[in-house]
Amino acid sequence: MVQLHVTNSPFSESQVELLNRLVPTLTETQRIWLGGYLAALGVNAGAAVSAAEPSVPAEQAAIPAAAPAASREVTILFGSQTGNCQRLATSLSGKLKEQGFSVNLSAMNSFKPNTLKKTENLLLLVSTHGEGEPPDNARSFYEFLYSKRAPQLEGLHYSVLGLGDTSYEFFCQTGKDFDQRLEELGGARLSPRIDCDLDYDDPAAEWITQVISALNARLNAPNIAAAAVQAAEHADAPASPFSRNQPYYAEVLENLNLNGRGSDRETRHIELSLEGSGLSFEPGDSLGVYPENHPQLVEDLITAMGWDAQQTVPLNKKGDKGTLREALLRHYEITVLTKPLLEQAAKLTSAPGLQELLLPERQQALKDYIQGRDLLDLAVDFAPWEVPAAEFVTILRKLPARLYSISSSWSANPDEVHFTVRAVRYEAHGRQRYGVCSVHCAERAEPGAKLPVFIQSNPNFKLPANPDAPVIMIGPGTGVAPFRSFLEEREVQGAAGKTWLFYGDRRFVTDFLYQTDWQRMLKDGVLSRLDVAFSRDTAEKVYVQHRLLEHSRELYAWLQEGAHIYVCGDEKHMAHDVHTALLTVIEEEGGMSAEAAAAYLDTLQQEQRYQRDVY
Amino acid sequence: MANHDPAVKPIGGPPSDVEHIKIESNYLRGALEETLRNPITGGLPEDDNRLLKFHGSYMQDDRDLRLERERSKLEPAYQFMLRVVAPGGVASAAQWLVLDELAHKYGNGTLRLTTRQAFQMHGVLKWNLKQTIKTINDTLMTTLAACGDVNRNVMSSPNPYQSELHAEVNEWARRLSDHLAPRTPAYHEIWLDGEKVVDSLEGVEIEPIYGPVYLPRKFKIGLAVPPSNDVDVFSQDLGLIAVVQDGKLAGFNVAVGGGMGMTHGDVNTYPQLGRVIGFCRPEQVIDVAEKTVTIQRDYGNRSVRKNARFKYTIDRHGIEWFQRELHDRLGWQLEEARTYQFDHSGDRYGWVKGYDGKWNLTLYIQSGRIHDTEDYLLMTGLREIAKIHTGEFRLTPNQNVIIAGVTSAKKRKIAELAARYGLTDGAMHTALRRSALSCVALPTCGLAMAEAERYLPQLLDKLEPVIQEAGLSEKEIVIRMTGCPNGCARPALGEIAFIGKAPGRYNLYMGAGFSGDRLNKLYKENIDEREILETLTPIIQQYAKERLGGEHFGDFVIRSGYVKATTSGLNFHK
Repeated sequence: MVQLHVTNSPFSESQVELLNRLVPTLTETQRIWLGGYLAALGVNAGAAVSAAEPSVPAEQAAIPAAAPAASREVTILFGSQTGNCQRLATSLSGKLKEQGFSVNLSAMNSFKPNTLKKTENLLLLVSTHGEGEPPDNARSFYEFLYSKRAPQLEGLHYSVLGLGDTSYEFFCQTGKDFDQRLEELGGARLSPRIDCDLDYDDPAAEWITQVISALNARLNAPNIAAAAVQAAEHADAPASPFSRNQPYYAEVLENLNLNGRGSDRETRHIELSLEGSGLSFEPGDSLGVYPENHPQLVEDLITAMGWDAQQTVPLNKKGDKGTLREALLRHYEITVLTKPLLEQAAKLTSAPGLQELLLPERQQALKDYIQGRDLLDLAVDFAPWEVPAAEFVTILRKLPARLYSISSSWSANPDEVHFTVRAVRYEAHGRQRYGVCSVHCAERAEPGAKLPVFIQSNPNFKLPANPDAPVIMIGPGTGVAPFRSFLEEREVQGAAGKTWLFYGDRRFVTDFLYQTDWQRMLKDGVLSRLDVAFSRDTAEKVYVQHRLLEHSRELYAWLQEGAHIYVCGDEKHMAHDVHTALLTVIEEEGGMSAEAAAAYLDTLQQEQRYQRDVY
Repeated sequence: MANHDPAVKPIGGPPSDVEHIKIESNYLRGALEETLRNPITGGLPEDDNRLLKFHGSYMQDDRDLRLERERSKLEPAYQFMLRVVAPGGVASAAQWLVLDELAHKYGNGTLRLTTRQAFQMHGVLKWNLKQTIKTINDTLMTTLAACGDVNRNVMSSPNPYQSELHAEVNEWARRLSDHLAPRTPAYHEIWLDGEKVVDSLEGVEIEPIYGPVYLPRKFKIGLAVPPSNDVDVFSQDLGLIAVVQDGKLAGFNVAVGGGMGMTHGDVNTYPQLGRVIGFCRPEQVIDVAEKTVTIQRDYGNRSVRKNARFKYTIDRHGIEWFQRELHDRLGWQLEEARTYQFDHSGDRYGWVKGYDGKWNLTLYIQSGRIHDTEDYLLMTGLREIAKIHTGEFRLTPNQNVIIAGVTSAKKRKIAELAARYGLTDGAMHTALRRSALSCVALPTCGLAMAEAERYLPQLLDKLEPVIQEAGLSEKEIVIRMTGCPNGCARPALGEIAFIGKAPGRYNLYMGAGFSGDRLNKLYKENIDEREILETLTPIIQQYAKERLGGEHFGDFVIRSGYVKATTSGLNFHK
C-alpha cells in the first residue's frame, strides 16, 4: 500500500500522520466497512468531514450501515498472453480496492468455474490471438462457458474489455464471444464491452472508468471513479519514470547479424544501454520498441498523395502538432490496412472503387485487397484524394510499439537489454515490403543510435521459483531469445536444476542462432542438454517437435521430476505442433488415454509449469 | 622388433602429443563415432581430428569467414577436406563421374587434383562425411590413409607414351599402396557400417607393419619412369626409378630420404633429396618398401614432430647405417644401382599416341582445380567426356589430367567435346604458366600463412608479359608456390619458388634443377608482389640474353651467382 504524504494526498500533515497510523492496522473487513462509511458520509453529510475536523469518528463506525457486503464483491478475470490484460486487470483491481471493493483477481484458468454461479459482479479482460483464438490461460474457462456444464447466470452483472488488433480479421473475437455468451447465460451488462486496438491505453482507461461508475451506481454510491481514469496509463511498474507511454531512448551498443553468410535470413542481435533509465526486467519479459516507418515508404506516400512533407499536421489525438514527414515517420501506422480504415478513407476519395470494395457482397475481395498491402497501395489505387494531409492522418492508427522477447538477463548484464529481431523483407504486389520495426532495427539502428523502448513484464513466462526445478525450453528460430535470458539468469543464480533446450531453424551452418553461447553453456554445465533440428539440411524436414518425440522417454521422465516446460515462438504452426507432440509424449510414455494426457497438460498449465510466449 | 645394430639407438625424448593420441585411439577409433554424431558442432575435437586424417580427411574452416562468424556468435564454418587415394593417379571414367557427383552433392562443387595424384573434395559437412566416404568406397576407391602418419598415395608417372610400361609400373604402385594400407577395422566400422571387430584377439596382429602407434610421420613413395621425373622422385621418402631393358621393366633404382617440408626460422628443418642406394627387381619392391617403412617406424623421431620425417632419421644415423639396417631386415642385398637419365619433370600437353596405338590427351588444369566458371565449363566438359570415355583418367603429378587410352574410334568424339567446352592443352599460355604448381592454401587450409592457388595465377598475369617480352614464351621454367613451408607443391624443387610467410609476403627461392635433381636456395626473404616483380624482371631479361644453349633457368641463376647450388638438404640454409 502506498504511504500517504502531503504531496500525494489532499490531507494536511497531521491528517496524514493519523491516517498513516490507522490505515496499516485495519483488517480487510474494517477497510471495506470504512470505505462504505466514508462514501455514505460524503453523500449524506456533504462536507461533514472537513479539513478542520481531522478526527476519524471511530466510535460511530458501528452505527451507519455500510452498503451490502455482497454487492461490493467484484471478480476480475483476465486471459492474457503477453501480459497486457493481466496488467490492466491488476491496475483495475487496485482502483476498486481503493474504493472499498473486495476484489477477487485471477487468471481465467485459476478460477474455479463452479463459483461462477455465486458471482455477482464479473469484470473480464481478455485478448484475442491468431484467428480469433483465446489466449492459453483463457482456453479452459472459454470452453467451460460454451459447454453444457455452463450455469444460468441471471444474477450476474458483467462487463468485458477486449484487446486485439484491427488488422486481423477476427478482431477482439474472444472478447466478443465472452460478452455474447455471458448475455446468453442470463448475465446483465454493467457497461458495454469495449474493444481495443493495439493502442489500447485510452479505450481501456475509458472502460475502467465506466465499469467503476457502473459498480458504484449499483451500490447507489457516489461516482468517484473519475480518479480511475488514469488507471490504465499507470499500469506499468512505477519504479522507473519510463513506460509504454513514455518510452526511454536507449542507446544501441551493439547490432549484429546472427545469421552467417549465405543464409536467406537476417536475425539481428541488438544490445541496448538502459543505464540511468531506472528500467529493469526479469527473464521472460519483453521489450517494447517504437519503430519508425521506412523513410522511402514515407517519401513515396507523400509524393503519391501530392502532399507537402513540411506542412503541419496533428501528431495524435491530444493535439500535438508536427510536420507531415515526422507524423508519417514516427506517429502513424502506414503499413497495415484495416477495414475500419478503408471505411473512413472511402469518405475521402471520389474514386468509386473503394466504396464498391466495401459493399457487403465483396467481403472476400476486401479481405484479399487488405492482405499484404499498405497505405501507399491505397493512395495509388484509389486516387484522386482531395483531402488535406491534416485531415487524412486523423483516420490513421497510432504507430504501435512492437514487443520482442528479451534475450539477456539483467543480473548477468546489468544496465543492458538484449533482444533478437528477424528482419522481415518480402515482395508483394510488385513492390518490396519491409517489416516496420525489424527493418528499422536491421538497417537504421547502428551503434550510437537510440531506440524508444519500454519494458513489458510477462508474468506468464517466468522461470520456476525453485532453482532446483528442471527446465525444458522449446524455442525454434527467434523463439530461442528468452531462453538465453533464462540460462544467463540461472547461471548467475547458480541454479542446480537441469536445463534442456530444443532449438531449430533452417540450416545448421548459417542459422544456428547464438550457437557459440549455447556451446559455452553446455561446456560450463549451465545447459544440460541441447537438441537441434534443421529443416533444410536433410531431404526430410525435421522440426523441434520431431526431436521431442525422439526423446519422449527422457522428456516424460523430466516432467515426472517436476520440470517446467516453456515454449516460445511461432504460434500458428510450431506451438500447435509442439503441443500435439507433448500430448503424444505424455500419452505414450505415461500410458494414458488422450483425455488423460490432455488433463495432465492442463494441470501443468494451471500449475504454471507449462508456459508459452507465442506470437 | 629386434634392434639389428645395437650401436644405433632410436632417438629418445618424451613422445609428442600426437603419439599419445595415436596410442590411446585403439587403432584409429578414438571417440570419432560419437563426436561425428554430435549435432551441436560441425567440427571435431582436436584429438579426433588428428585421427580423422588417417581416415583421409582434415577438418578445415573457411578462414575468410572466421572473424565474421565469430561476431555472429557462430562457430567457424567447419567443413572437411576429403582426399581420395588413387595410386598412380588412375581413375576409371565411372569413378570420375561418382566423384564429380559427390563434389556437387556434398562438396563445394569443385574437385582438386593434388600434387600427389590424388583427388580432393572440399567443403564437406560433418553430417555428410559418412555418406560421401561410403559412396567413394562403393565405387572401389578409398580415403583410408590418404592423410596421417602412414604411407600416402603412391605416385607413379602417368607416362602417356610407354603404354605397357605404364600399366606395369602403375600395377606396382597399386600393390605397394595395398600392401602398406592400414589394416585397422576402424575404417569399416566408422564409415561402412562394418561389424565392430573385437580388438586385439590373442595372437592376431592388427597392424602387422605399423603396430599400434603407426609411423612417426607421413611416408611418401613415388615411382618414376625416366626420362620424365614428373613424380619428383627425389622428393619422396622412398623413390623408385624404373629401369627399362629391351622395352621391359627390369626393376627399380631405390632412392631414400627425400622430403620437402620445413619450418620457417628453424634450420634444423630443411628439404632434402633422396639418395640412390641400389637396385631391386620388380618382385622385390614390396619387401624393400615394407622394410624401409619398419625402419622408419622403429627409428623415427616420435618426440619432435617437425623432425620426424624419414629424411631426418637417415641424416641422423647416416645412409650407410640405413643400408646395413635394410639389408639386415631384408636378408638380402640390393644390387648396384643402374644408370638412369632424367631430363624434365613437367607434363607434355595435347594428344599423343601410345605404343599400344591408343591415344592420350593431356589437358592443362590451372592449379589442379576442376570447376566451372562463367566462361570456362571445365568440370562440365570433363564430365561429358567421362560419360563416353572407355579408358582411364590419369592425374599427373603436375596437377593436370590425361584422358588416357582413347581408342581411335572415340578420339574424334572426345576431341569434339574438348573443343566444345574449350578444354585446353594450355597452348595459349606461356610455358611458364603450364609448368606452374601451387597448393590449396587459403581459405580452407589451416596451415596457410599466405595465398597460393588463388594468387599464383594473378602473379603469373604480371610475370607473363616480362617472359613474353624476353622471348621466353615457350621456355619451360618450373615455378611453384605454397602458402606455408610444409611443401605440398614441392616448392624446394622450383627453379623459381615462393613460400608464404604472411598475407601478401613470400620467400623467393631459385636455382632448383629442371628435372628435379637439385634443391633451390633462398634468394629474397619476405617480399611482396612489387619486390617479386622488381627482383625477377631483370633476372629473366638477363637469362633471355645470356643463357647458354639449352641452359635452364635454375642452372643459369647459379652460374650467374644469384644463388649457390644446394648440393644437399644439409646445406639448404647455407
